[in-house]
Amino acid sequence: MNPLLEVSHLSVGFSTTNPVHGLSFTVAPAETLAIVGESGSGKSLTALALMRLLPKAARIIDGGVRLDGEDLLTVPEMEMRQRRGRDIAMIFQEPMTSLNPVLTIGRQIGEVLQHHRGLSKAKARAESAELLDLVRIPEPRRCLDDYPHQLSGGMRQRIMIAMAVACRPKLLIADEPTTALDVTIQAQVLELLDRLRRELRLGLLLITHDLGLVGQWADRVIVMYAGRKMEEGSPGDLFSNPLHPYSRGLLAASPRLQGDQHYRRARLAEIPGNIGSALAAPGCPFAPRCQLRLAACRVEFPDQRTVALGRQVACHAVFDAERPSQIHDIVVGL
Amino acid sequence: MELTKVATETAIPFETSVSPPAALQEELDWPNIHARDTHVVQGDIAGRRLPALRRLLQNPSVVAGIGLLSMIVVAAALAPVLYPDDPLSMAGRPLLWPGQNAAFPLGTDSLGRDVAAGLVHGARVSLLIGFVATMIGLALGLLVGATAGYRGGTIDDLLAVLIELFQTVPSFILLIVLVAIAQPSVTTVTWAIGLVTWPMIARVVRAEFRSLREKEFVMAARSLGFGHVRIVVREILPNALPSIIVTASVTTATAILMEAALSFLGLGDPNVVSWGSMIGAGREFIRTAWYLTALPGLVIVLTVLALNLIGDGLTDALNPRLGRER
Repeated sequence: MNPLLEVSHLSVGFSTTNPVHGLSFTVAPAETLAIVGESGSGKSLTALALMRLLPKAARIIDGGVRLDGEDLLTVPEMEMRQRRGRDIAMIFQEPMTSLNPVLTIGRQIGEVLQHHRGLSKAKARAESAELLDLVRIPEPRRCLDDYPHQLSGGMRQRIMIAMAVACRPKLLIADEPTTALDVTIQAQVLELLDRLRRELRLGLLLITHDLGLVGQWADRVIVMYAGRKMEEGSPGDLFSNPLHPYSRGLLAASPRLQGDQHYRRARLAEIPGNIGSALAAPGCPFAPRCQLRLAACRVEFPDQRTVALGRQVACHAVFDAERPSQIHDIVVGL
Repeated sequence: MELTKVATETAIPFETSVSPPAALQEELDWPNIHARDTHVVQGDIAGRRLPALRRLLQNPSVVAGIGLLSMIVVAAALAPVLYPDDPLSMAGRPLLWPGQNAAFPLGTDSLGRDVAAGLVHGARVSLLIGFVATMIGLALGLLVGATAGYRGGTIDDLLAVLIELFQTVPSFILLIVLVAIAQPSVTTVTWAIGLVTWPMIARVVRAEFRSLREKEFVMAARSLGFGHVRIVVREILPNALPSIIVTASVTTATAILMEAALSFLGLGDPNVVSWGSMIGAGREFIRTAWYLTALPGLVIVLTVLALNLIGDGLTDALNPRLGRER
């Protein structure tokens, strides 16, 4: 099947740094792709680059973004504006601040419909109520006249989702959609996103740092570090069998409910050091913190190598024949 | 057992036949995971939704301000009916004190002109100049301030310098210069006051727009494909409105004061009566006939007070977040 979204060698740069570097991935129709990584790994910037909504100081240096086979980076800005909200939509981390506080919910959703689909006010209102029903808001008609401050965080995020899917986009980017929400609400919101993905057949790009969410909801995962893709695979493969030293560190650093890794029984593992600066230094950005570092790691960033179907990893150490490591055995075992 | 029952009932039902992921089914043992986050908030919303207008009319300072101002506006509107003659022409014996003659309830000035007629006709001029000058200042200030604040970058730098340039010159001196260059008439005085007040409004608008354009809801609006004009008009402007309206009401008061000051100095339109010119004409008699300066002065104070009261009340009423907390 042709991918819905195809990102190839995307690089985003500020004046001196490259916070996203040569990133490639695809999203199939009705698929959930999760991008995980710690703060500062370039996840959100990638999302903004796809929307072409980068902050003024940043720009796309290189690469291509194709949505349904069409290059989004060469589309003129006026046309891109038409696409935002219609073909590609985004929901943000902070539901408390991403709704306009002085407009009612009905107007905010209605305006999207009026803008993109040219509906009349009355029709837009009727359809807004349907959308609120779709995102499981009780008494949608009454909610239309509410202001955002009258609603809870979970409800506001549902409304953001309703606005984002109002025009049935092909791709929905969810940038940390549940980070600001209670754990109890997180599950509901993700359940909702997953249901919409199936019902509306939209590709979902889930950006998160929560590995628990990834394991539960994603079809495929990309692990990002300092703007680079380190590893890609299905959550099952990746979690049971992480190849890249960074992925292993990330998983080891996640608390578990059972076993020796419970934080009450043992100190939680950590990755020493800080996330590397996005300065375009040669070599692998994880090298300074990596315990399996080789000489080559300082010199050049390893190629993405496919180790199994849909499984990619970029690491010298994994494929180092001279130093058969634990990781190496795993690769051979695959 | 009881708990799991609740869980299955409140869980969001799946419409399609696809069964929930295995991991989710495990979690059904935790009823709180699927607790609806909605019913808690719904309860207190009912009946608390007040339209902005009703909220406005519940505010005592707004009611007082509107009451005062409407009295002045009515007087101004009825001026040709109440006093059809030219208020600048002699009507009776000069320097009659208020109450001395029933035909002149507020007395006459040194030239025998009716003070009451002057006050109501002066209200027309003062209010007209005050409001129109504010409109001019508002239009210019919004244009410059919004452009600077929203666009940022070089345009912002240039416009900020322009605003500062105007603000370094004392505005009243600039006003006098402008009026002195043009022939003083109601039109030129209005334009001149509008031209010296816009930088104040532009500064407020610019500051508001600068902070509002960084808000997440503006980014969300952009991600939904709205254009710049729409974002400025529909997303940012309504949020900046409370401070703009307050500034505008204060500006109107300032404009009325400026006009009065100009007329007092004799730089107003000589063909119309204005509160300022009445004070100016009466100041020579301040020891013998103080009512000639006190009465127009009182009217100016009341008008400015009314506008400020309205401005304060509007801030509370127009902001749904503040309105809720009261």
